[in-house]
Amino acid sequence: MTADVPTYLDGNAAAGALREVFAVDLTAAIGRCNGCGRTGAFAEARLYVDAPGMVARCSGCDGVLLRVVNTPTDTYLDLRGLTYLRVSSAE
Amino acid sequence: MDIVSPGFTGRRRSGTELPPGQYLTHEFPVLSAGPTPHILPEHWEFTVTTETGEVHRWDWATFTSLPAEEITKDLHCVTRWSKLGTDWKGVSLDTLLADVETSADFAMAHSYGGYTTNLPLDDLLDGQAWIAYEYDGEPLDPEHGGPARLLVPHLYLWKSAKWVRGLVLSDTDDLGFWESVGYHEYGDPWKEQRYAGD
Amino acid sequence: MERTALRRRLTWQVGTVTEIREETATARTLVVDVPDWPGHLAGQHLDVRLTAPDGYRASRSYSLASAWTGETIELTVEEVPDGEVSPYLVEVLKVGDPLEVRGPVGGWFVWRPEQTGPIQLIAGGSGVVPLMAILRAHAAAGSTTPAKLLYSVRRPTSVIYLSDLKEIAASEDVEVTFAYTREAPPGEPRVGRVDAGLLDAITFGPKDEPTTYVCGPTPFVEAVADLLVGAGHDPARVKTERFGPTGGPR
Repeated sequence: MTADVPTYLDGNAAAGALREVFAVDLTAAIGRCNGCGRTGAFAEARLYVDAPGMVARCSGCDGVLLRVVNTPTDTYLDLRGLTYLRVSSAE
Repeated sequence: MDIVSPGFTGRRRSGTELPPGQYLTHEFPVLSAGPTPHILPEHWEFTVTTETGEVHRWDWATFTSLPAEEITKDLHCVTRWSKLGTDWKGVSLDTLLADVETSADFAMAHSYGGYTTNLPLDDLLDGQAWIAYEYDGEPLDPEHGGPARLLVPHLYLWKSAKWVRGLVLSDTDDLGFWESVGYHEYGDPWKEQRYAGD
Repeated sequence: MERTALRRRLTWQVGTVTEIREETATARTLVVDVPDWPGHLAGQHLDVRLTAPDGYRASRSYSLASAWTGETIELTVEEVPDGEVSPYLVEVLKVGDPLEVRGPVGGWFVWRPEQTGPIQLIAGGSGVVPLMAILRAHAAAGSTTPAKLLYSVRRPTSVIYLSDLKEIAASEDVEVTFAYTREAPPGEPRVGRVDAGLLDAITFGPKDEPTTYVCGPTPFVEAVADLLVGAGHDPARVKTERFGPTGGPR
């Protein structure tokens, strides 16, 4: 059996998909995990992209923070795993 | 804006032997929406929970002592790859559900790691679905869903839940992990039911 | 400029390839003229979308290699074996072809000229691309902030931007070190992975309070980030960008 190679990317990699929906960059926003309460930049989440959609998971508890699915006509966003996202108003 | 990239064809797509929009691969791509669970067989169990709350339970030893079938099936992933003639060994759900009394119409498959997917119960019966634990004559590798995965090859592969741990039967068609964010509730590759509404 | 760029939803734009530079046997730099490009920060990336005649589409994300100077943009693409997009970009695309892009994106793995404190860059393979953009922005801004690049690479022929790096290394503020994992040039005995000893010997220590940027394949980034945090670096100042398990930019 082969050793496990981690397959995830950083939350950064979701930037393109999110910027098609939101007018601000959410990857630099601070998010709180609804599962374990960990707080950190969304860019630090673990992003799984080799899947039917994009799944961001908490780097602390592996709980799902966000899911994004692009269909030909719509973008589905599930943000239930985030208690909040804090977006800086500075720029 | 519609442009064509000069000289770009993408991966070779289907002839008539594949469902629409699919391309043929000889690899076995690994898709994952989370970390790969590592479940030791001695800690593994599979349960079927009926709509009345009755629980049927198998541990690894009782599960693997059930009559198993060797099956060869084509796989079709919604991310557009198809792999033909894959060899599996597993226990038919007809066997596992033989003593389960239910009038439910739907099943939700649950996996180690938290994944879920919903199916009509009829699609799990009559020789259409297995709990598979060998691939190509070898124990199923964790990255492909080992120790055991659901195998429902007539639907898109996201329905064949890796690391499956149980089925919950229900009168209502609830939506699973991908179905709840835009993927089709049934997922027939020959009708190209990729997304909700297809 | 930045303000308007950040407040707008992004759409796909069609650019034109104006120049192609071979970097290594498997990597090349595409210079693209994008008429309405809003500007970018060093470290940001963009998405590239390809469309086949029958409408089939595939898109991937690539780091920007250039600092924003108001002209064209540059991206460097390493060909991923069995890839779908990178073989097209490395082998098929030619000067004059259109290229659909969406960007810039990502506001976390970036360096801003007004940032203070030393910059430590650590690259694994083609992870050097966004770090090169940071070095170029650092030079373009005339920043005197000390910067170091540790570049882990298989062999001398795999080095991307060799001449540019030599030029940058000749300047006083930037120290460039190569760590070869398979084969070193004559006179450089060390061959091996980046480990705690190497990091301790040549990178800024926790007391220097650097901002560290680590970019490369997921296992490389994972290992280096763990070593840095283990050595006492503040995790909040270790910024990472993973390319996935195979090592090629996606």
